Amino acid sequence: MNAIALEASFALNVALLLMLVAIAAAIAWTRSLVAAILLMGVYSLASAVWLVVMDAADVAFTEAVVGAGVSTVVLLGATLLVRPGPVRVDWRRAIAPAVLVVGVGALLVLAVSGLASFGDPSSPANAHVGRSYLVETPNDIGIPNVVTAVLASYRGFDTLGETVVIFAAGIGVALMLGFGPRSSLPQPPVQPGEHHVVLRVTARLLIPLIILFAFYVLFHGDLGAGGGFQAGVILAVAPILHALVFGLHATTAAIPAGFVRGVAALGVLVFAGVGVVCMANGGGFLDYDRLFMPRVEAMIPPGLLGDPTHSHNWGQHFGILLVEVGVLLTVSSTMVTIFYGFAGRATHDVGSAR
Amino acid sequence: MNFVVTHFNYLAVIVLMMTGLYVLFATGNLIKRMIGLALFQTSTALLYISLGKVAGGTAAIKIYPDSPEAQALAAQLDPAYVAQFGVSGVVYSNPLPHVLILTAIVVGVATLAVGLSIAVRIREAYGTIEADEIEAVRAREPGE
Repeated sequence: MNAIALEASFALNVALLLMLVAIAAAIAWTRSLVAAILLMGVYSLASAVWLVVMDAADVAFTEAVVGAGVSTVVLLGATLLVRPGPVRVDWRRAIAPAVLVVGVGALLVLAVSGLASFGDPSSPANAHVGRSYLVETPNDIGIPNVVTAVLASYRGFDTLGETVVIFAAGIGVALMLGFGPRSSLPQPPVQPGEHHVVLRVTARLLIPLIILFAFYVLFHGDLGAGGGFQAGVILAVAPILHALVFGLHATTAAIPAGFVRGVAALGVLVFAGVGVVCMANGGGFLDYDRLFMPRVEAMIPPGLLGDPTHSHNWGQHFGILLVEVGVLLTVSSTMVTIFYGFAGRATHDVGSAR
Repeated sequence: MNFVVTHFNYLAVIVLMMTGLYVLFATGNLIKRMIGLALFQTSTALLYISLGKVAGGTAAIKIYPDSPEAQALAAQLDPAYVAQFGVSGVVYSNPLPHVLILTAIVVGVATLAVGLSIAVRIREAYGTIEADEIEAVRAREPGE
């Protein structure tokens, strides 16, 4: 059986991959840093489209928000701070890396020749643990989105580790670049965006909608594409947009940097706390089946999440929701802390340079 | 030739990864290096997702086998194929690589920010972000 013949979207897959190769070549070719950063955003957006073709809806969502959104802002912020000239090109320096890269590439081609064909349902990667997650999720967890079930429940400990890494990275950036604008510094006389009526009105309209959408993505993560990681990044976009339009001082007056750092720690605490509660009730760490004592679980009305005839695994439902809330708190406040670090440095660096 | 077709995704992703690695090695500009690293990282994610694709599959979000969506998906496939590789009548792609890459993307932007903030501090300390100029400054001031 030819697996590829089954796949009507294979041509789309090839076209998008060729587009990605072209964008990557342009990134390598360009001498302008700003052009390379913007092309990186385009690359992320194109790869998000490709990820949808690959059935990775949750990953596509994350790549679109993170790659085309936040990482472009962070890269542009850093470029503003270092004020670089055009990237110098020295062809003599490019020869050794080119040889090395071709060699590594050849080794990788040799390695992938041992892989099963693209799309093979019986390949070792697809036939064992991935398939058993698909089979067992309706019984073990009882939510439709298997990606969320694996992320928050089956591999919850792994996700806790990732959340701690994000928290640590945020603290690292804050320690290196500072915690936002210094309050002793005089406020700049003209805020960015002071004269841009269209920007200010549009931002005022968009910010509540962005926050609302973030919570929709969080609570819808059990049922469709979404979850704490995506929702956290979307939620962080609201204060970042506010700072870009109304100035950093206005944003830090509304959401102080210390508060944001506290929330980042609180998110990790919520995640780990759920695990400890499960242990206190006699289960393993992050074993949501023991999240509630049986006495408490019996008191939950059967119609709480809609259909009363459908049997629910309440511990798993609430455990996943609480853990996703913890992820949302840590991810969103870490992104805001990173933004405050870069933007706050710009405020006094640009001021002292003039 | 058949190898190029059946393994096209892996070969294209290797080209993307090596482009990222080349950008990382060939430039002395620290910001451009971080862009190369980000390109390398994003492309590695594409390799994992390619591995998890199942022919004729759909996103790993459970749908009822008797729903119109499931019927339309099953109609495109051989019933024997669905019976062998489907889960209760629907063929899904492998969710495990999706989980691994989803968290890795968010960790990736956080670590990208750490790398960029180091570049910012290097710029403040040495007045440049070109690797060879930093080396020259360090050679002039061995006490630093």
